[in-house]
Amino acid sequence: MSSTSTTNLKDLFLNGVIKENTIFKLALSLCPSIAVTNNLKNGVFMGGAVLFVQTMVNITISLMRNVIHPKVRLPIFMLVISGWVTVTQMLMAAFVPDVYAKVGLYIALIVAFASILARAEMFASKNSFLPSMADGLGMGVGFLFALTTISFFRELVGKGSLWGYPIIDTKPILLLILPAGGFFAVGILMALFNWINARAAAKAAPAAH
Amino acid sequence: MSHDFTRLFELIVSASLINNFVFTRFLGLCIFFGVSKKMETAVGMSITFISVMMISAAISWVVFNLVLVPLEITFLEIIVFIGIIAGLVQLSDTIMRKVSPGLYYKLGIYLALISTNCIILAVPLINSGEKYTFIQSLAFGFGSGLGFALALIIMASIREKIELADVPAPFKGLPMAFVITGLIALAFTGFSGLITL
Repeated sequence: MSSTSTTNLKDLFLNGVIKENTIFKLALSLCPSIAVTNNLKNGVFMGGAVLFVQTMVNITISLMRNVIHPKVRLPIFMLVISGWVTVTQMLMAAFVPDVYAKVGLYIALIVAFASILARAEMFASKNSFLPSMADGLGMGVGFLFALTTISFFRELVGKGSLWGYPIIDTKPILLLILPAGGFFAVGILMALFNWINARAAAKAAPAAH
Repeated sequence: MSHDFTRLFELIVSASLINNFVFTRFLGLCIFFGVSKKMETAVGMSITFISVMMISAAISWVVFNLVLVPLEITFLEIIVFIGIIAGLVQLSDTIMRKVSPGLYYKLGIYLALISTNCIILAVPLINSGEKYTFIQSLAFGFGSGLGFALALIIMASIREKIELADVPAPFKGLPMAFVITGLIALAFTGFSGLITL
């Protein structure tokens, strides 16, 4: 990882959104990407929760990085993460109880996200406040983007509606909102992501020569 | 007594087949896709998994009901459970290395992976949410572990075969694994209604 002074914040942000997209590229933290994405609203709130936790954890860790003893860093990271997750859980239970009733368990499980711990360990514990915040925002937005895409696709095709409002009149393909359909949807979207990347790479390759 | 026993049996069957963590609750997917490439690793992971699952279910039940509930600080459950699991994993790691190095070399890496597994955390959370008794919690932990092991082994045996198949380029690797999982999940929906709790 290059040093703080040379990397600019925008690159850090974009890195998290596209190049190291948690779901499509790294294939980490997949559980909620299938469990809560059968409608757009849940997907967006789940993504928002992760964005919030990721950013706050990165900020907290980078501010505390000089006082954390390296030997006990992992338990401390876990504590910080679970602290912020509890905050998110309580906020959501208070302000969006209908969403919380459905995704509550998965909010609690943000604690066990490999991606959040990995960013704290690999990035925030070594970098200062601003880069860490940019990195956290980027990773979080990437996650939100992935969840929004998946749930947009699943609700539109599986139910013919968006955010609960009916859009299409024809009979929807029910399979996609069933649990099993989530796996199909993610598989197809991942393949699409790969395909677009491969095409972009193929276009760029001759130009480079 | 026989009624209790039936209830336990129902819990195990429902946790492993009907509400299988991987196929209907979508938990533990990272590990599921990570270690299901080879049969050998899948079996190793399953053994480690079931044992850690039961021990963590037991300890967190005791802590939740004897410490958190009397002190009325149940909102701290996430922090406490993750602490217990991290401590437990670290502990068994150390004990295994000292007591049986052979086993450690075989299963050690899976232990480290387990602490970031959401199923391990989900089981205590569901146990406390559903207010299971101690024995029921154990049964639920065992059933969930069994279900996860089943999923891993089915998936590993399919993926060993799919290596030889001609898959379209964009679908190579993970996307294909997702589609296969979707198919298995469809099959597993057939178990719903097997037992009505």
